[in-house]
Amino acid sequence: MIYLQLFLAFLQIGVFSFGGGYAAMPLIQSQVVANHAWISLSDFTDLVTIAEMTPGPIAVNAATFVGSQVAGIPGALAATSGVVLPSCLFVTVLAWLYKKYRSLTLMQGILQSLRPAVVATIFSAGLSILLPTLFADGTISFLAGNFQIRAALLFFGALVCLRVWKLNPILVMAGCGCLELLFQLLC
Amino acid sequence: METKQKYLKIFLSTLYLSAFTFGGGYVIITLLKRKFVDELHWIDQEEMLDLVAIAQSSPGAIAVNGAIVVGYKLGGIFGILCAVLGAVIPPFIILTLVSMFYNAFRDNPAIQALLRGMKAGVAAVIMSVVWDMAAGVVKCRDWILTAVMAAAFAANYFLRVNVIWIILITAAIGAIRTLIRTKKGAKA
Repeated sequence: MIYLQLFLAFLQIGVFSFGGGYAAMPLIQSQVVANHAWISLSDFTDLVTIAEMTPGPIAVNAATFVGSQVAGIPGALAATSGVVLPSCLFVTVLAWLYKKYRSLTLMQGILQSLRPAVVATIFSAGLSILLPTLFADGTISFLAGNFQIRAALLFFGALVCLRVWKLNPILVMAGCGCLELLFQLLC
Repeated sequence: METKQKYLKIFLSTLYLSAFTFGGGYVIITLLKRKFVDELHWIDQEEMLDLVAIAQSSPGAIAVNGAIVVGYKLGGIFGILCAVLGAVIPPFIILTLVSMFYNAFRDNPAIQALLRGMKAGVAAVIMSVVWDMAAGVVKCRDWILTAVMAAAFAANYFLRVNVIWIILITAAIGAIRTLIRTKKGAKA
């Protein structure tokens, strides 16, 4: 039953993505690419790219996209309700606990400890996006034909734009896309 | 009639914020505050800070959690429903359309070039975020946290340990440390 599978996979993503933003990315990758093979790593990278360029949280974007790729609009509904349901439950329970005890000390202690683990998993997922972008076969080797010089230039250029000039990330990503397109059209 | 209008307002506010908010959950939380605290005066400043803390402590997307706490505070369970629908409908519609176009355009060379270039940009954005977050962890000068970060990376990247196990184990470490700390605090 594909709808149930989608619902349960995204339910897990909803339950375990602490810390917002990119925290969901490694979980989505592990469920959708590694466990279920619903989309390929390359499609996953496209998905992250698209999610970055559109409004809305990455987890909801991913749920809708993957659900609709795998099983059409009903699939998108199943996956999206799966990813949102844990939020509803956790927030309600925490709000109730907070009303009662006026403190979130334990929860915040857990979060403080989770933050480094979340950074680590985001880095790990980021590498699985970066390496296939820089190297055709995804492993670090500078043989001709494997090392993608243009992608590397775009990557480091984007990094400088973000870190030195503090440009808007959406602008930087769109700029990279346009430069590559321009190159494609001219050559 | 008045309550009906309240629910409609919750729904339309989160719908609007969700449709036009680029740049992640923290942006939408600021906008929710501006709307419901500064503009409508439905929630006071102090309480909003508590609601934000709850939204950030819960798993899931910050934008959705933020909408849920506000919905819960203003309208109970039905308020949550209105807020969640408002927050989810815009990305749902957009990504459903994108998904359809993706299949049609995936093999188009121009779209491929655009996506290929953007991938390099996305990788840079992610690495830049990781850099900031990792620097934040190291700056805490809490060597256990830095060790957790290194161990979690090695476990996930090299040993292929499932992300869920890493989250569960570090959550347990955090819970134990917090309990020890509060016990010590209670004794002192």
